[in-house]
Amino acid sequence: MSQTHEDFKGYRSPTLDLLQREGSPVWSQVTLHTTRGDFTGLILPRSETADELHIVLKLATGYNIGIRHDTVRSISVHGRKVANYQIPEKEFPFDPGKPRVKLFGTGGTIASRLDYRTGAVIPAFSPGELYGSVPELADICNMETEKLYGVFSENMGPEQWMGTARAIAAEIEKGVAGIVVGHGTDTMHHTAAALSFMLQDSPVPIVMVGSQRSSDRPSSDAAINLINATRTAATSDIAEVMVCMFGPTSDEYGLLHRGTRVRKMHSSYRSTFRTLSDIPLGKVDPASGVTPFREDYKRRRDDNRVDLKAVFDDRVSLVYYYPAMKPDVIDSLVANGYKGIIIAGTGLGHVNKPLYPALQRAYDAGVHVYMTVQTMWGYVQMYVYETGREIMGLGVIPAANMLPEVAYVKLGWAMGQSQDREEVKRIMMTPVAGEITEREPHNGYLVFQGGIPEVDQFISTHWK
Amino acid sequence: MGNRFLIEDPWLLNPLPRYGELGPADYSALGFMCGLEVHQQLLTRRKLFCRCPAGQYNQGEHQAEVLRHMRPTLSEMGEYDGTALMEFKTRKDIIYHLNQNTVCTYEMDDAPPFEMDDEALDISIAITMMLGCNVVSEVHITRKQYLDGSIPTGFQRTAIIGTDGDVPFRGRTVHIRQLSIEEDSCREVSDQGHVRVYRTDRLGMPLIETVTDPDMKTPEEAMAVGQVLRHLCRASGMVRTGSGAARQDVNVSVTGGTRIEIKGVPSLRAIPRLTHNEALRQRTLLGIRAELQRRGITAEDIADTGFDVTAIVRGTECRFIRKAVDKGATVLAIPLPGFQGLLEVQTQPRTSFLKEFSDRIRVIACIDDLPNLALSTQDVPTLSSRDWNRVANVCKVGQDVPVVLVWGTERDTRTAVKEIAIRAREAVAGVPQETRQALDDGTNGFERVLPGADRMYPDTDLPPIGLSDERVDAIRSSLPSPPWEKRRLLTEAGVGPDLAERLSRHRAYDLFEALRTRLDTSGAAAFGPHQLASLLLDRSSPRPASLGAAGSWWEETIDRLVRGDVLPEAVWSSEEELAVPLPEAEARRLVTGLATASLADGGLPEDPARKEHALMGRVMPTARGRVPGSAVRRWIAEHLKETRQ
Repeated sequence: MSQTHEDFKGYRSPTLDLLQREGSPVWSQVTLHTTRGDFTGLILPRSETADELHIVLKLATGYNIGIRHDTVRSISVHGRKVANYQIPEKEFPFDPGKPRVKLFGTGGTIASRLDYRTGAVIPAFSPGELYGSVPELADICNMETEKLYGVFSENMGPEQWMGTARAIAAEIEKGVAGIVVGHGTDTMHHTAAALSFMLQDSPVPIVMVGSQRSSDRPSSDAAINLINATRTAATSDIAEVMVCMFGPTSDEYGLLHRGTRVRKMHSSYRSTFRTLSDIPLGKVDPASGVTPFREDYKRRRDDNRVDLKAVFDDRVSLVYYYPAMKPDVIDSLVANGYKGIIIAGTGLGHVNKPLYPALQRAYDAGVHVYMTVQTMWGYVQMYVYETGREIMGLGVIPAANMLPEVAYVKLGWAMGQSQDREEVKRIMMTPVAGEITEREPHNGYLVFQGGIPEVDQFISTHWK
Repeated sequence: MGNRFLIEDPWLLNPLPRYGELGPADYSALGFMCGLEVHQQLLTRRKLFCRCPAGQYNQGEHQAEVLRHMRPTLSEMGEYDGTALMEFKTRKDIIYHLNQNTVCTYEMDDAPPFEMDDEALDISIAITMMLGCNVVSEVHITRKQYLDGSIPTGFQRTAIIGTDGDVPFRGRTVHIRQLSIEEDSCREVSDQGHVRVYRTDRLGMPLIETVTDPDMKTPEEAMAVGQVLRHLCRASGMVRTGSGAARQDVNVSVTGGTRIEIKGVPSLRAIPRLTHNEALRQRTLLGIRAELQRRGITAEDIADTGFDVTAIVRGTECRFIRKAVDKGATVLAIPLPGFQGLLEVQTQPRTSFLKEFSDRIRVIACIDDLPNLALSTQDVPTLSSRDWNRVANVCKVGQDVPVVLVWGTERDTRTAVKEIAIRAREAVAGVPQETRQALDDGTNGFERVLPGADRMYPDTDLPPIGLSDERVDAIRSSLPSPPWEKRRLLTEAGVGPDLAERLSRHRAYDLFEALRTRLDTSGAAAFGPHQLASLLLDRSSPRPASLGAAGSWWEETIDRLVRGDVLPEAVWSSEEELAVPLPEAEARRLVTGLATASLADGGLPEDPARKEHALMGRVMPTARGRVPGSAVRRWIAEHLKETRQ
């Protein structure tokens, strides 16, 4: 039988040549006789991104090591042991007394296990697989799952946002107690904003969830996030698009963030998602369920109606302003056919003078230009300084306290409905799902500074 | 019928042999085998996978706490690892104490790892080569699962540096299976009920683990090999010393038993007694198995049903049970038919088989207020016999059947009953696979179920690290010799065997090597290699044990010693300027004068030998370095004789 590429998975020349010459494909049990001594183990597939110089060997103790091809004098093959894995399935129990929850997958791995020989992650996704990994879900609901996409979070875009919105709407119309959307965390807040605009007046909770620590590790936040999100979808009275992720870094409770006010704020912390310029909708924990923090949320209804507006014009860009920005940045967007620009300006919403002519040219070309703030917290206010008034004079519209990413999503969505300058403006400036709030409560901005005695006192007595 | 439960195995009937009562032939007959896993912290500035300082311990000061839970992940076959499930059953709240000087977001599993510390990697490569191991060409970082919370990620990052080494030992070799580099774990502060608290300062410090084959055939050999490995690590000059810097796990098995890992043995001296006791524990458990088999008991005969007897024991005279019941505890009873007379059998000194049950309940059901169980057939007062009879009736067993009582919360007692049944079933099979904890009195207790091989996963956060020939060769070229090699060289150079042994594993060895070329090695010299070794090993020597740190001080001093310009005693004193030896007449005048003055001062013992000794003590502080000690002693003796004192 001839040996195929698959027999030497991941190996490239010169290591591939050696393995072929010695008749020792992947999964061979071997002793490598090398200039640094003998090594005995199982030849594993090589990661595609690793170099072409080493053989990966799994030792009997479970450890992996790498052996450089040019140290190998010869290979003795003792046998073969092929690994073939799958996530175990256990039938998800059906309980007629429990609510029906639908879980949509977009590619984030809420539940998964690592193929310990290759390092590849095998996602668990079918109800049976999920039940095998997180049996607590069966105490909450009858769960159905549907895989929509299999992409990393950064590859989610307008097409996927619209597709997800349509799938959710179809499910709601069939009648469901709640929706859970599994999603990678990096762009979860972009998708949360898109769904907030595309799915209006939902009768049931739509809860986005992910994990900061992958579910193949014992310390993962995946299971608890999934349990909290499912609990929220199944039982919560809050019928909005929400993000449900760790509140503190401790294993205590999840926070429910409104889909248009939430942002990922740390590259790796579990408690990375925060509501900005407002307080979260509530919290959820396995012991006491959902506890709302406020009253002004949309309530769960008995009907199956949802207002689906799955449209998006992707000729929109988000420009993060910096002090030496040159007008050609704006000009090139216009020249390339962009019809909408969100600027994340400094302070209350400013850019430098050299940009003015370019902004004027953009306006004249029919481009919708909106101003947000790169400070993240607070409102655009362009009357305070002369600069702001001048910029407004160029047709730039202040976008209140919309977060820059949210304004970007909303402008694409608005342009998907109309190209008329005034109609786009009306859509943009009419709050749909809390993306613009009338007031910012004093506790909507709390970024504690470590080192201050009273702050250190607080974190010494509360699990943050 | 009654005879059915008489114990026949003589091993169970006789007292356990104590440590020291068995010889090599006895251990051989038991099939005693022992292997070591030696953990040694490396002397680095930083921790292994982050930039926190290594080796800084804070004594309980912390500014924040974090609460976490551990969750088992699926194993290879889609089942949960036994250890993982056990830890999950404990439902522990794990609390970490954070001190911002010693811990960052990495250790708390809130940030991915940084690249492995190069200093630590180089040291581990050096020690790998000193052990004669084959060095890998690419280091693959692996995750080893730990669900007890001692590492917040739930796994330890670890990587193999080398495999298959050999260490000479008493005319044979002990095989080194592998050497790995890994991050150290948290220090436990407390573990009570469902709350376990850890301090995080030690977490993430680099250490190496050296694993031997089970080549040690007696308890004493296990300790001796431990010493050899420790000395080798120290000989590198790049490891931490002091409390907790070196720890070992000891694996013990006997014929028919199983590999039991005794964790966290703090001192090498504890090894012989611990391994002896463990071997005998296994032998006793095999005796219990044989008894159960003879009695026809199988695992299926042991039910995990708990009978609620709270109402029966409510008014008991037994204080600890009554106290618990008054506080609202549930009391469950579980009968163990067929275990007549076995639960009282001694498995270790001062420890009966019953403690194996008590340990499981304490660790897994978290019922840790001792005593945490009561046994109907036990020879200590618990319930009245009338109450025990009523308990037996509820359990529907005869009054001779052992019944175990447990008390606590409803949930914990249910867990406890299940664990008692599990442990009883394991008794039918023999010696359960466990990780056990070393106790101060030389016995050991249950720590957790032995983890399976499925707990190793590749770390997807870090790429493999290639070890180039240039890097390995550079380390090899500056490699210190292993202690046994140094010992041979020292002996050949003329250093006596005891000093050679000490110096071979002392950091002053390099200094000796640097200075020995200055010696007169004709053999006739008063200050030769042996005297140099003696000087360097003297604890009171005030000088740094390296050339660089001392400037040219050592070279000059050795030259003067060789010439006889100064006496070795002068080097021991802490004066900056070395005392110059006096000419003989002047020296004798000094000694006699001091002795005369001391005698006049009085306060010396009457006994002649002690008087002479005391006098020596008064004269030497002034005479040291200027007069040889032997001459002081001679002249004092002569002076006493002359003055008839």
